[in-house]
Amino acid sequence: MLVRFLLASSLWFGIVYTTRASDTTKIQTPAGFSTSIIADDLGNARHIAAAPNGVLFIKLERLKNGKGILRLEDNNKDGIYETITGFGNFGGTGIAVKNGYLYASSNSEVYRYRLNDKFEVLDADKPELIVTGLVNKNQHESKSITLDNAGNLYINVGAPSNACQVADRTKGSPGQDPCPILETAGGIWRFRANKLNQSYSEGTHYATGLRNVVGLDWNSAINELFVMQHGRDQLAQLYPDLYNDKQSAELPAEEMFMIKEGSNCGWPYCYYDGQQKKKVLAPEYGGDGKKEDRCANMQKPVVAFPAHMAPNALLFYTGDKFPARYKNGAFIAFHGSWNRAPLKQEGYLVAFVPFSNGQPSGEWEIFANGFAGVAEVKSPRDAKHRPCGLTQGADGAIYVADDVKGTIYRITYNN
Amino acid sequence: MLRLFTARIIWPLLLILVVLLPMGINAVAGKKVSVNGQPLPKGSMERGKKVFEATCLTCHQADGSGVPRLNPPLIKSDYVTGDPVYLINILLKGLNDEIEVNGEYYGNPMPAQVQLSDQEIADVLTYVRNNFENKAKAITPAQVTAERKKLK
Ligand code: HEC
Repeated sequence: MLVRFLLASSLWFGIVYTTRASDTTKIQTPAGFSTSIIADDLGNARHIAAAPNGVLFIKLERLKNGKGILRLEDNNKDGIYETITGFGNFGGTGIAVKNGYLYASSNSEVYRYRLNDKFEVLDADKPELIVTGLVNKNQHESKSITLDNAGNLYINVGAPSNACQVADRTKGSPGQDPCPILETAGGIWRFRANKLNQSYSEGTHYATGLRNVVGLDWNSAINELFVMQHGRDQLAQLYPDLYNDKQSAELPAEEMFMIKEGSNCGWPYCYYDGQQKKKVLAPEYGGDGKKEDRCANMQKPVVAFPAHMAPNALLFYTGDKFPARYKNGAFIAFHGSWNRAPLKQEGYLVAFVPFSNGQPSGEWEIFANGFAGVAEVKSPRDAKHRPCGLTQGADGAIYVADDVKGTIYRITYNN
Repeated sequence: MLRLFTARIIWPLLLILVVLLPMGINAVAGKKVSVNGQPLPKGSMERGKKVFEATCLTCHQADGSGVPRLNPPLIKSDYVTGDPVYLINILLKGLNDEIEVNGEYYGNPMPAQVQLSDQEIADVLTYVRNNFENKAKAITPAQVTAERKKLK
């Protein structure tokens, strides 16, 4: 243990780091796909972005050896990304490569770094500050980012709250109506991708009523923004008269939305019940599990997933290295639940939803599973890996980032 | 920031401690040290378990292992077995600070549990102090009453 730690840390301080790729966790995928580990032990790897030349960038939630962003390169093309450099003195989640820049977020800002034609970072110590002053209050604090093809940057600002009660997560405390949190959080904000020092006043409040989005992606096939919402927690603890443990574990659905400017997705007033297939009024606002009330007018999800699985990344696959049915479809990394306790936990997998003409064209399915490395996850700490980031590489493979150990997986299709 | 920095420097030292300490304790004291040999108040563990299941379990999980980086573990936690006054106040006032438990950091806020009675707080704390590999003296309702008075 000690020897391993010393070894790992001494290697890590250097520029070149040899991955041991010793992890034996078996990943199950549909026939024809295979999974390999291309880097390991990187830290809390959150989101991952690919450059057109194959280089990968990874955002770490916490600094490791003083660095918050990693650049990975496979120089000898053996499938192991052995050349790893670190920079950036902030932890966070969001990362994206666009038009010669690397964008990366802390929990309250977005920065960008200039890249050269080898996708090396120029001025690694002097990133440009693009957005500043976003709400960060120790809950739902990660700021995920995506860019469209018209020079805009979209950022989620999660609500630092479960259901906007006067006292958060406290039995008997009423819901605030209107919910003041929605003024600066619980939504998506749009900024210019090339303008410095923007704060809320220079941005557009693009969508509201989103409790916490971690996975979002620009769908280039139809030029629309899609986001994944983490649904509310603790129905049974807060309202034991209305919900039992099983209902609380299975409500509400995790939702995928197609967002338009001005969309209102309903939080905190409403949640989506996947069995009744409707938005119902939250108990904090007088709901009884059936009543729709003001929720009838809220935006509906395009896909509803089982509760609490925590969708942390969304990726529209535009490559042609997978069978045709995957083209333009959505991959979703589910970080895995904790709010289903005392029932066993779910998620810890990568899901797929087929799309055609920009809309889901079939049921969601499990694409890659087995990241947790145990038969059953009773408590989240049992999971050895948790999928958190997704990207499509220059090679048409998809890459999955795990934020427990920092294991990076590549999933390829080989007929 | 400064705290993070110092944490990084002492981390290798801590690790050595963590590795060596259990060996030392086993060698010196042998196994199973009971706290003052005092029996726990009758029924407190059973009642405390019920409060735990209804109130704390989702966040801290059935085995007390918590949720990595969100909700801290109660297993072998110094907060749990340490100063009763501080512990009682975590439940009465909640906690919103980035705290370190067993070398990991946790950022989520914990809501105050003022809706619980003094008896319930004493029971649930006695339960967590004598479960999840912890061993510590029981908390009495009188101790909770005394702290709750200071809130007003
Ligand atoms: C909504 C989730 C939630 C609930 C419910 C909850 N806690 Fe916590 N608890 C937390 C979080 C988050 C922290 C860390 C707070 C921080 O970092 O500031 C914490 C910290 C603690 C700590 C100190 C750190 C440690 O792990 O030893 C103790 C002790 C504790 N909680 C006990 C309890 C007990 C007993 C209950 C039930 C009466 C309870 N908690 C209910 C989320 C919760």
